[in-house]
Amino acid sequence: MSSKLQSSNNIAQARRTVQQLKLEANIERIKVSKASADLMNYCGEHAKYDPLLMGIPASENPFKDKKPCTIL
Amino acid sequence: MGEMDQMKKEAEGLKSQIEAARKAAADTTLADAASGVAPAPRVQLKTRKTLKGHLAKIYAMHWATDCRLDHAMLMVSASQDGKLIIWDAFSGNKINAVPLKSSWVMTCAYAPSGNLVASGGLDNMCTVYNLKTPVVKTVKELDAHTGYLSCARFLSDTEILTASGDTTCALWDIETGKQKTVFLNHVGDCMCLALSPDMNMFISGACDSLAKLWDIRDGTCKQTFQGHTSDINAISFFPSGNAVVTGSDDCTCKMYDLRSDQEVISYQDAQLNSGVTSLALSVSGRLIFAGYDDFNCNIWDSLKGEKVGVLSGHDNRVSCTGVPQDGMCVCTGSWDSFLKIWN
Repeated sequence: MSSKLQSSNNIAQARRTVQQLKLEANIERIKVSKASADLMNYCGEHAKYDPLLMGIPASENPFKDKKPCTIL
Repeated sequence: MGEMDQMKKEAEGLKSQIEAARKAAADTTLADAASGVAPAPRVQLKTRKTLKGHLAKIYAMHWATDCRLDHAMLMVSASQDGKLIIWDAFSGNKINAVPLKSSWVMTCAYAPSGNLVASGGLDNMCTVYNLKTPVVKTVKELDAHTGYLSCARFLSDTEILTASGDTTCALWDIETGKQKTVFLNHVGDCMCLALSPDMNMFISGACDSLAKLWDIRDGTCKQTFQGHTSDINAISFFPSGNAVVTGSDDCTCKMYDLRSDQEVISYQDAQLNSGVTSLALSVSGRLIFAGYDDFNCNIWDSLKGEKVGVLSGHDNRVSCTGVPQDGMCVCTGSWDSFLKIWN
């Protein structure tokens, strides 16, 4: 590759980098305190629907081998 | 030469601007904000099923979306024995074994419809299979990446996203076999991707130690997250869609909040010096199951950053983890050739 082509490729790459950084710089950012509150709220509201967090009673565990029943 | 220096200066200026804006938003950390939250209980899960059948290292597994159909609970696994196996996790039975053209498989995926699965690896291709024909048939070979296929995820039966060692991600039209959109911005091998819950965005992790958020429809990179000091091997959205969790060869997992555009917590332990290979979140987002090179899967409290449990039982590296949609269990897959179902 001629050095002229290479340097124009480098400039094109540098322009793209600057373009991308401009895009990323211009976003709105919320405070981490607000973000954290939302994450904590989500976990709190959905905890009761989380079997791995709440535990699964043996009778409701589809993976637990059911012992054979005897009819008395 | 003037323009190059000018560009460099502008780039440095923008990076400082981003740093300053992030700092201004960092009025606390997640761990501090969650200090009043009751700790997650100690999580002690048991192996309920060991799925035996692969003859070599397992590299990937994926639960079917609507996995509880007809009293079966379906998932797909991929092994370098050259097979995809579709399992019913309840019974431990193999529903299908799909022979692969190339045994160097690195990823597998189940389409949300349950009709299709996909695989890919060192063949640089993503192959899509139809499970519903009398004999499993290859639907398409998606061939355009110039590097290995590290991850694939279906949006539907007609569209699939891929991540590649060629540093790009791509959105494909399965019917035409062509790439609709190529996502260019990483400067290292892309190792993993995850779809947002609303399916409008996806997040990728790469060997450049960065995670990037992409708009699927306009093809642009919206945000870049740094902090890791090595390859990001695993990535997942927090269920609300507002945060992402990453796992890295630097032995840590991190959570990045999308709206504050920064890392909010890191999951690490001085005694942990193995890389993270895989991760999955429980349905509330409170628990993170992270697979490590040291043969274990550690369980983290996502809000407090504390380890609350461990899944020990594999005799080699844990390479993949997954929690199904109903959250009833977690699956780990390993280089020891077994998959284990825990709850």
